[in-house]
Amino acid sequence: MAEPVLRLEGVTKSYNVGTPVEIEVLHGISATVGAGEFVALVGPSGSGKSTLLNIIGLLERPTSGTVFISGENATALDEAGVTRLRGRTIGFVFQFHHLLPAFSALENVMMPQIIDRGRPEPDMAATAKDLLARVGLTGKENNRPTQLSGGQQQRVAIARALAARPALVLADEPTGNLDSKSADDVFALMREFNRDQNTAFLLVTHDPRLAARCDRVIELFDGRVASS
Amino acid sequence: MIRLPFAWMVALRFLREGRMQTILILSGVTAGVAVIIFLTALITGLQANIIARTLGTQAHVVVRPVEDAARTVLDRKDGPVAATIEKRAQRLRSIDQWERVIPLIEATPGVVAVSPMVSGPAFAVRGNASKSVALLGVDPERYLRVVKMRDYMVLGQFRLTGTEALIGVDLARDLGVTVGDKLRIASSQSRDDVVTIVGLFDVGNKEVNQRWVFLTLRLTQNLLDLVGGVSNIDATVERLFEAESVARRIEAQTGLLAESWMQTNAQLLSALKNQTLTNRMIRGFVILIVALGIASVLVVSVVQKSKEIGILRAMGASRRGIMAVFLLQGAIYGFAGSILGVGFGLGLVAAFAGVFRNPDGTVFFKPEADAEMILSACLTALLIGLVAAAIPARRAARLDPVTAIRNG
Repeated sequence: MAEPVLRLEGVTKSYNVGTPVEIEVLHGISATVGAGEFVALVGPSGSGKSTLLNIIGLLERPTSGTVFISGENATALDEAGVTRLRGRTIGFVFQFHHLLPAFSALENVMMPQIIDRGRPEPDMAATAKDLLARVGLTGKENNRPTQLSGGQQQRVAIARALAARPALVLADEPTGNLDSKSADDVFALMREFNRDQNTAFLLVTHDPRLAARCDRVIELFDGRVASS
Repeated sequence: MIRLPFAWMVALRFLREGRMQTILILSGVTAGVAVIIFLTALITGLQANIIARTLGTQAHVVVRPVEDAARTVLDRKDGPVAATIEKRAQRLRSIDQWERVIPLIEATPGVVAVSPMVSGPAFAVRGNASKSVALLGVDPERYLRVVKMRDYMVLGQFRLTGTEALIGVDLARDLGVTVGDKLRIASSQSRDDVVTIVGLFDVGNKEVNQRWVFLTLRLTQNLLDLVGGVSNIDATVERLFEAESVARRIEAQTGLLAESWMQTNAQLLSALKNQTLTNRMIRGFVILIVALGIASVLVVSVVQKSKEIGILRAMGASRRGIMAVFLLQGAIYGFAGSILGVGFGLGLVAAFAGVFRNPDGTVFFKPEADAEMILSACLTALLIGLVAAAIPARRAARLDPVTAIRNG
């Protein structure tokens, strides 16, 4: 079997380590996401979903345990190495799109590649245009994020997450603040990219309807995997 | 699309987004640099002017014979000790073998011209009027190379032969004489001669205009009973502010006393030094204020942009990359501000050059674009921008992406 895109081994996370208010929010999480899988991460508020997502996204380090991204041990890397690995293998779709307001839609989509390769190249613009076309935003390339609707912004965010052709896209409540029509569109888009490009998705959601439409559901409860 | 590197692209975009901040801080840097440029030009011009005026009638270095010292006749070993030794009155003396000394002085590094002179007191007499004057016996050719008397001539030329004399306009008025008239010069050595006035000068200093009488070297030697001798040798140096060290060198070479203009005008020199010091201090404070301005704008900008910084970091931007974005902004503030400031400062200089004038109407300072100063101003401002940006840039680079995105 091919190396999974994501493998967690006994990941724990504590805050305020060494102080009287030390608190462990993740208690030994082990899980995998295979290449091209479309997985939902569900659980009530406070179950540690966001923390886990940050650890998987290499934005936070686990207190103990190991995170493998595409077979590479991310826990063993230094700051610069983690940043590089994150830029090349992971795409983010946040709940509140988090586009860069100072840049156009096209530039936002190009940004992960610009960061990776140091400067804009003509092929990046072509890729970004393609992606924007696929999320149905042809003609909006030069719009600033503030000139787009919520659904459009989230579609730009998806295009951006996919621009550097990551192996894994992490989506934190991507449809959380969209109306149901836009939410369905956005979900369908992600499903489409998942199928066409074999990109793995890990989707944090509160919406059981959405979770039901995923390949697999990982349920988190009180910092433990309740079912998978 | 211009393909700027990542850090440039983001830095420029951030600057464009925070338009108001950018305009304000750029104006601040511009004003600061303009003040420095203007003040420096003003003070440099002022000092050059004062020095030019002071040295208008002075030689850079004056060489004199060593002063007479009282000789002790008492035996020091076991005889009585003199409680007080009276200083000897200094008589007018010639420099020993001055014809040999002149080539020595001329050969001293830094000296460009040398002129021998005999000077001493005398009276200018016409009818019943008699005025106390200072005789200056010179070789006009040589003297012109030391003091630019030619510029001060009101009537006639700075040329002397036989019994010709050049006097100041005030002496001429006091005695009621002009070019072509005759005057009797009587020295304290009870010698006198009748001279013909061939020129009048006005050096802009009444004292000098009333007292100076230029004669030929030979005539003055006769009048002062110093036949064949010179009382002092004037020298011009190549670099004004090296006059003192040149004077010391001449002393070492000749064993005579050499006094530079810097000694003679010690008070003026210390005033100039204080002025320069004040200018430096003002410059230092302006630089500090500019740096603090840039730093504070960038600190605010880091806070404002923390969410964007977090997003960029999540997308793979390194700490170093984020740091570069903010360092660049500081450098751009400094550099752009300094270019504008240099332009503005030179404009001010040009504008005020027309306003500030000397009493005689000549310009006070010239609006000069000193390329070296401009370059150093720009580089300094660039450096200041970078230094000022260092702390905000570090803060930006250390932002935790998770907190930045959540709280941004």
